[in-house]
Amino acid sequence: MNTLPNRLILQKYLRHNVHFPHIWCPGCGNGIFLGALLRAIERTGYHRDQIVLVGGIGCIGRATSYVDFNTVHTAHGRALPFATGIKAANPALKVIAIMGDGDAVAIGGNHLIHACRRNIDVTALVVNNFNYGMTGGQMSPTTPEGARTPTSPGGSIEEPFHIADLAACAGASFSARATTFHVREMESLIFKALSRDGFSMVEVISSCPAHYGANNGAKTPVEMMRWQKEYSVPVDKAAALSPEERKKMIITGIIAEREVPGWTEKYRATLDGKREK
Amino acid sequence: MEGPQAVLLQGNEAVARGALYAGMSFFAGYPITPSTEIAELLSGLLPEEGGVFIQMEDEIASLGACLGASLAGAKAMTATSGPGFSLMQELIGFGSGAEIPVVIVDVMRLGPSTGVPTSPSQGDVMQARWGTHGDHPIIALTADSVAECFEMTVRAFNFSELYRVPVILLIDEIIGHLREKVTLPAAGELAVKNRAAPEMPPEWYEPYAGASNGVPPMSALGGGYRHNVTGLLHDKMGLPTSDPEVIRASTDRLFDKMRRGFGDICLTEEYLCDDAETILISYGSPARSAREAVDALRAEGMKAGLLKLKTLWPFPRAALERFAGKAQRMVVCEMNRGQVYRETLRVGRGRWEVGKVLAPYGELFTPEKIARAVRGGGK
Ligand code: SF4
Repeated sequence: MNTLPNRLILQKYLRHNVHFPHIWCPGCGNGIFLGALLRAIERTGYHRDQIVLVGGIGCIGRATSYVDFNTVHTAHGRALPFATGIKAANPALKVIAIMGDGDAVAIGGNHLIHACRRNIDVTALVVNNFNYGMTGGQMSPTTPEGARTPTSPGGSIEEPFHIADLAACAGASFSARATTFHVREMESLIFKALSRDGFSMVEVISSCPAHYGANNGAKTPVEMMRWQKEYSVPVDKAAALSPEERKKMIITGIIAEREVPGWTEKYRATLDGKREK
Repeated sequence: MEGPQAVLLQGNEAVARGALYAGMSFFAGYPITPSTEIAELLSGLLPEEGGVFIQMEDEIASLGACLGASLAGAKAMTATSGPGFSLMQELIGFGSGAEIPVVIVDVMRLGPSTGVPTSPSQGDVMQARWGTHGDHPIIALTADSVAECFEMTVRAFNFSELYRVPVILLIDEIIGHLREKVTLPAAGELAVKNRAAPEMPPEWYEPYAGASNGVPPMSALGGGYRHNVTGLLHDKMGLPTSDPEVIRASTDRLFDKMRRGFGDICLTEEYLCDDAETILISYGSPARSAREAVDALRAEGMKAGLLKLKTLWPFPRAALERFAGKAQRMVVCEMNRGQVYRETLRVGRGRWEVGKVLAPYGELFTPEKIARAVRGGGK
């Protein structure tokens, strides 16, 4: 339940008086994601002093410095190690890691699977725009096969990662996928991820019209949004698709959800065990 | 436990106990020879004291977790050896730029690369200074005994808290694995320092504005002083900037805060140096052999002394300069191909002859080897 109208939520949390204008391109999905995140945070009722936003490097990593929480803009790929240390040192904090696709599953891929396995109580939000936007649109580990980028001029020949599925396999207690077109659903999935213990992740399919779109036939932000709309299928309907069809689609909704204690709860239990001895 | 007790302890164990004495409440690490005993011991001791021990997926993650924990208010440490230390360089730069206290123990083994896992070396001296990219301040300390491992670990935490800088403790494998009888200091015997916290109202807080000593007071995440921490060069609010004038102010301060502390940070010990014409310069386990060599040379009538470095970075230049015009010769004894030797040449600017006795092959230094080289003029 939102206590404020959306417009005022943005005003409440943006560092609009000290750190704007932002660096994002017109039509980028990052702003849509950030708005949804702020509304979801407002719904959780956490005080902003309790919230730590940890970001990596890349276009979306800059989100941390635009918002008035405790914010830590780390090194490329390293948001999750920092977030793990913060959460383990002070479990009272709500720790949110914001990463891009290159950040989370290329250079930070090892950290991601271990954060999932460890089930550290961090909410990871991975904004997947299928390329390295900040450096000019190069191929990333999520670039679809065949897609053209400055480092795959003839079309990528590699299989992409599906981030939310990767997290589910690696042991995350909650893993979901949303798009910047389905903005209400994205907000509610982020809210769900924030509302639970253990490692929770939402992969947000986003648009980078400046590079990915421009290189792959979607010349305008609107065309990219239309693509998100047409190629999305909810998880329950996706079950009926063939593996070949699934590969082409964005499967949205909750991919995995398990009731297992998070790392901080288990660690606390071992401390209590030692004290009782 | 009543009063101080003598115990038989390994250098690595003394580091772990020194860290607890200094108030460390967070350790993240990755197993690597010859530092592993530190992690093993702390995995049992830290939880008993209510602290956090966590084994990470690699050394990058270990230092990242430590930096995160430090931002959350904990005194944090990691321990590694050369290969892991190489991986940590990225985030050592982050800690220096964002001014995050943290202690990194590097129990040095022979390199490069995987090298020889349990052969001693002091090959990481220059890496400790310049391993991460960009100009940055750093403190590196060392130790030549089990007792000093304890003492220098406490100092490492104190310096990192007082100056808000990563502090690297460089121990060679011999000292890390050496067992000696030591009397551990009682609580209160050694000073334990904590970072300064902001006292102004949160809306007045400028997280990267130096106090009168150049070191900004530090607020733990969640403490009500919300601000931005970044590896980008930043203004006094912690917000990214590319304005050369703002960068000048913020990065000059990083070096100024250290410069003001040189007298406090640069620790050395002199042995028979007052009338010495030849001064051996050494640190870590070779300093023990050098001391014996000084005794042997004195017995033969040579006016020899030992300047033992306990701080390597910032280089204790003033301690050497005291001997300009008095000693004719400095002979550096170290287990590498001359890393402090070059620094001694640089600082000397021709004011003294500089010789070296080196052991870069993973072998031990004998006092005889040093005495022979010094007698022979020192290569
Ligand atoms: S480069 Fe792409 S992802 Fe980055 S801000 Fe521009 S549109 Fe957004």
